[in-house]
Amino acid sequence: MSPLLTGMTLVLCVAMIVAALLAIRDPSPEVAKTDTGGLPIAILAAGLVSLIASILFLILAAPDVAMTEAAIGSGLTTFLFFFVLGRIRRHETSGDNHD
Amino acid sequence: MIKRFIALTLLLAIGGLFASLLLGYTPDSELNQTARYYAERTSPDIGAANIVTAIIVTYRGLDTLGEVTVLFLSAAIVGLVLALGGKSGKTGRGTVPVGELLTTGTRYLAPLIMLLGVYVFVNGHLTPGGGFQGGAILASGVLLLLLADPLKRFSHVLIATIESFAGLLYVLIGLFGLVLAGGFLDNRFLPTGELGALFSAGAIPLIYSLIGLKVGAEFASMLASLSESETS
Repeated sequence: MSPLLTGMTLVLCVAMIVAALLAIRDPSPEVAKTDTGGLPIAILAAGLVSLIASILFLILAAPDVAMTEAAIGSGLTTFLFFFVLGRIRRHETSGDNHD
Repeated sequence: MIKRFIALTLLLAIGGLFASLLLGYTPDSELNQTARYYAERTSPDIGAANIVTAIIVTYRGLDTLGEVTVLFLSAAIVGLVLALGGKSGKTGRGTVPVGELLTTGTRYLAPLIMLLGVYVFVNGHLTPGGGFQGGAILASGVLLLLLADPLKRFSHVLIATIESFAGLLYVLIGLFGLVLAGGFLDNRFLPTGELGALFSAGAIPLIYSLIGLKVGAEFASMLASLSESETS
């Protein structure tokens, strides 16, 4: 591995850990009170972890695995989380008098 | 307090495990026997430019059939569980309006995403990726459509038809290989052609396209049933 690639890998690893911490941290009280409670940021951060993981797979010369990770881990799962978040919000705003 | 302590100890233990693995790792200087066989024999025997695809679709074709079956079963079970939970009304009660950005973006992006999915599985024998990845990309296009319009309904008959035809043809092609070539899912009953051409590697593009359609239809049916289910 060339030094440039090693440096890039290290930067990506640090970014991945930061994104993972961002995904699981407790939202601050004023954010937690909002409509979605800071969840979109957590979902995006989790998607970012997968995206960086897929870049790392690419650096490790496994393009097929990288593609799966990008398509399912960072694409489909992120979309699915947003879809579910939309459902929950819709359910909460539609009120209790309906169900 | 004690909970945090346990979690921290577990984390440290896992970290230590990985660290010892990493410290004891020495990269191989040459391919081992199995890997060398695949690397040397794939292009003359199978004719696929992508060795991973040759292994997934031909050398280990039966395993892939099993994987597709597992995915099919999980899609069927999700559909069954959601159907037992009751169908939702078709009314759009309490729908949060979808933003302009998402609707307009979806109109442009969804066809492109689906085209990319088809490209990925049609070129599975030439470029990285293949049926599973392409199918997942197809399904994320469907999911984007559902995000932009939560009340959109997809025809379950169409999805089920695509899914079952792809599965049936997949097994039939496998049987063709058994009769006309060397064994079940052997790709060489069609000409292997020139290495790197779109129509090469025998039946691999055909099989991978079917897998792509099947995986895409299965994911899409799961998402469609999720979207139609009652949340309460």
